[in-house]
Amino acid sequence: MPDISINLAGIKFSNPTILASGILGVTKDSLKYVVKNGAGGCVIKSISKEERKGHNAPNMHAIEGGFMNAVGYSNPGLEKAKKEFTNLKDVGGPVIASIIGTDADEFAYMAENLLSEEFAAVEAVLSCPHTPGYGTLAGQGTPEATEEITKKVRAKTKLPLFIKVSPESQPIGEIAKAAEAAGADAISATNSMGPGIHLDIYAKKPILHFGMGGVSGPALRPIAARCVSDIYQSVKIPVIGIGGVTCGRDAIEMMLLGASAVQVGTAVYYRGAEVFKKITDEIEEYLKQEGFESVNDIIGIIHEKQWKNG
Amino acid sequence: MEKWINKLDKPLMMPITRRQKENENVDTFFFEHSINSQAGQFVMMWIPGVDEKPFSIAYDTGTELGLAVAKVGPFTEELFRLKVGDKVGIRGPYGKGFWKADGAKKVVMVGGGYGVAPLLNIAEELVQDEVDIHFINGARSKDLLLFQDRLNNLEAEIYTTTNDGSHGIKGLVTDPIKEILKKEKIDLVYICGPELMEKAVFDICEASGINCQISIERYMKCGMGVCGACAVDGTGEPMCIKGPVVDSKTVRGITEFGKYHRSGSGVKNNF
Repeated sequence: MPDISINLAGIKFSNPTILASGILGVTKDSLKYVVKNGAGGCVIKSISKEERKGHNAPNMHAIEGGFMNAVGYSNPGLEKAKKEFTNLKDVGGPVIASIIGTDADEFAYMAENLLSEEFAAVEAVLSCPHTPGYGTLAGQGTPEATEEITKKVRAKTKLPLFIKVSPESQPIGEIAKAAEAAGADAISATNSMGPGIHLDIYAKKPILHFGMGGVSGPALRPIAARCVSDIYQSVKIPVIGIGGVTCGRDAIEMMLLGASAVQVGTAVYYRGAEVFKKITDEIEEYLKQEGFESVNDIIGIIHEKQWKNG
Repeated sequence: MEKWINKLDKPLMMPITRRQKENENVDTFFFEHSINSQAGQFVMMWIPGVDEKPFSIAYDTGTELGLAVAKVGPFTEELFRLKVGDKVGIRGPYGKGFWKADGAKKVVMVGGGYGVAPLLNIAEELVQDEVDIHFINGARSKDLLLFQDRLNNLEAEIYTTTNDGSHGIKGLVTDPIKEILKKEKIDLVYICGPELMEKAVFDICEASGINCQISIERYMKCGMGVCGACAVDGTGEPMCIKGPVVDSKTVRGITEFGKYHRSGSGVKNNF
């Protein structure tokens, strides 16, 4: 049997499928449920300093070939989240915290106050496309903002630090370099793209209450794949491929392009929480067919310059 | 290509075709829509520019869908302003409904308040299979009782309780079920209502070793098992797809049942 475990930024995952932030992940027990369904690890739903109700519904809906959402970072806030995410070994796999902030100092505050040593890593999200005050709508998608936020979070935590970037931030290799220079341990690429608009032509209104939202799922995948490829060739730290990974083929594509692991989000809509087990089985099948002994052996191999293996 | 790629959950705009007053506070909104639902499933209703909320299905005739709605907050107040011909968006049906259980020949249904509608739907199916039904219908007072005509037309033993005694038996739904269980061997109990009522009935059934099907309502924001708002502690499963109807075995694993639920932001609120 091929080895499907991976080691990413010093964290051991039983397989390369990780729950992406914002899908399930509101509670510790929902993380447990995801790991039970085969995820190698999970990222919690992003936490802000104060409780946030989020946007009114509809918060999400499918489109032909993809998915749209504008949840608006609903979350219970820092203090309640600290109580929720304790005794994390119960989850059964590595748990990655996800933090957001309105500026670099708030990100630093979140890192200082939320992160217990129980978390395996922290992902700082600089890339939400649909929440005023946060992410790309707050200008966090530039190399300068990336560097400043990364540096300030880095100073407050010893945990491995992932920076989650937007597919709209281009050239994305420059964003990744800024994060790497400021002390990031990995790049999570990417978030949903957009914002995009999808109307109901009879209501004559966007379906999402916010009016626009992030586009994810299969429609995002080729763009996220190209971002992963660009980042892999720009920095020495690992890349986590995120964007429309729905089956084993998609995960393998991301890894061939340079991803050390993948995060899976919208696929939970398409194939249920069991999708983690399904993707892992499909990856294993491919490794057997193609004669690879380890999933680590496929990372980045389509690039000529293989100056980083696994 | 696998069929998952064809999933396309988004609201479909459709006109309200008629409205029916059920009691002081509840109207049923009808749509000419073949939704092909199971008893106990729900839909998401979108009022453009306002919000989108889950509603359990009260009527599904095959050609007509009816949603019984209580006027309780800003969304439903907005809905009550709409007239026949005005359009709203509907998506669904969602979730797992009540089911016919193998070998369940004598059953009890316990419905509190709005919980009566989904139970009536499964009861009307079970009657076709000649299942013996005791149907307990409870409300705080007479004017809050729902679907009395449908209940009276049902071939079942009907018990009505009101807290204030303004109609039927004065007391709680737990009173008649205790009496029934003393007299008869019951195979299955269907429960739908306020959670503390559900818990009280469930506890009685557990003590008597009787299996239940219970509809557990949580904050359902997406209905598609994605947002995680309705994930329950213990199992961690999202109730919008793994429920709302679950059996006793599942309920035993839900540690928050009868204790607390979470708000849209994930904050715990005690019942």
